[in-house]
Amino acid sequence: MDEKEYESYVKKVTPTTSLAKNMFMAFLAGGIICLIGQVLINLFIKMGLEKETAINYETLILVFSAILLTGLNVYQKLAKHGGAGTLVPITGFANSVGSCAIEFKKEGQVFGIGCKIFTIAGPVILYGLFSSSLLGFIYWIYTLFSH
Amino acid sequence: MQHIGKASISFDNTPYIQEYASIVGKKEGEGPLGKYFDEINEDSLFGGDNWEDAESRLIESTISKLLSKANMSSTDIDYILSGDLLGQLIASSFGLVNFNIPLFGLYGACSTFGEAVSLGSVLVASGAANRVIASASSHFASAEKTFRFPLGYGNQRKFSATWTTTGCGSVIISKDTGKVKITGITTGKIVDYGLKDKENMGACMAPAAADTIYNNLCDFGRNPSDYDKIFTGDLGYIGQTILIDLLREKGIDISDVHSDCGIEIFDINLQDTHAGGSGCGCSASTFCSYIMKQFEAGKFKRILLVPTGALLSPTSSNEGNSVPGIAHGVVFEAV
Repeated sequence: MDEKEYESYVKKVTPTTSLAKNMFMAFLAGGIICLIGQVLINLFIKMGLEKETAINYETLILVFSAILLTGLNVYQKLAKHGGAGTLVPITGFANSVGSCAIEFKKEGQVFGIGCKIFTIAGPVILYGLFSSSLLGFIYWIYTLFSH
Repeated sequence: MQHIGKASISFDNTPYIQEYASIVGKKEGEGPLGKYFDEINEDSLFGGDNWEDAESRLIESTISKLLSKANMSSTDIDYILSGDLLGQLIASSFGLVNFNIPLFGLYGACSTFGEAVSLGSVLVASGAANRVIASASSHFASAEKTFRFPLGYGNQRKFSATWTTTGCGSVIISKDTGKVKITGITTGKIVDYGLKDKENMGACMAPAAADTIYNNLCDFGRNPSDYDKIFTGDLGYIGQTILIDLLREKGIDISDVHSDCGIEIFDINLQDTHAGGSGCGCSASTFCSYIMKQFEAGKFKRILLVPTGALLSPTSSNEGNSVPGIAHGVVFEAV
């Protein structure tokens, strides 16, 4: 058996998760998180806040809750079922930062938390900034010609 | 003691397992083998400060337990052969420092217990030592931290992923008569079928296990039925299917006698461990509990233990390399 044959044989004997079920659970979990966010925004606007400020408070609350739930060992249990639904919203980002901080705390404030807090979130930050800059540049060129 | 066939050594002056001890974590204690372990520690930190410290304490208490069960002190032991999954074998280094026994630190990923017992037997059978300790350990949290994600990170594990056992198993190998004799070893080589999926370690290791079992049967001129059981270390359910298929291709059917420590140690349905248990501590603690007790109860006459290791490195894996496998076989017989 060569490498290719072995790989396809292994694929055949390895059970996989159902894509439909994963997508449904992700839709449900992500949807609920975003719904909570929207309810918070509406609530803050009703209390008289500007839309921008309301969104900032909503973000703050979701991020705080996700980190609190990570510390309480709950978020990872939700993620087991929610999958991409808990990973993609801002709460997933908060979980990836919070979990690294907790895990590497024992290695010290600088070399532990400091160096390793963005181990998982780092790529999101780097490529997030990179693609925003790229899009900003494209937008700037567009504005030069559109007037 | 003589080299036979391709990769085996047969012992005339057989070394014996004089005593054994195993300590495991809470989840392992709740599994099907719970009643066989010497101690189950409910505290996943084992009274330590961090996960690495926890594993060191696990090793220290298992060796202490072993010595007290054998009514011995560390001066009765000539060498320790020990290994774990952490860099520089820090779990063994810190766990064994207080015993003042000459140490051979071993790294064979999850095959370490097989490697330790193999080399320990050679030391004793050659007359280079009277009594040695062979030991291996792993801890779920220190392994996750080293090889995967922080414990709190919310990701989904694949069906093929295994659950690293928190456990340590240690034996005293001696030239004096003991509970079980070690009659031969078959040393594995690196076997790499090019698989890169680090969440399917069973499939990465199965070819190595098949190779070692095949060599063992050829070198000793045996059939699978000459063994009451052939235990692999931590192939899990998928690895087991592959192992049986690979050996069938060579005209050998081990399906009646095969068991896997990773399958035995957890209840897949109740404990959510996906493909099964893994880690050096999986085969070590299963051998030093369930398997040894079966020997003592007269249920086993001869078994082949094949701890299996997936030589996974996060670095080589990120660099696009495959996960090679290795497996070391040891033949145990009733006295």
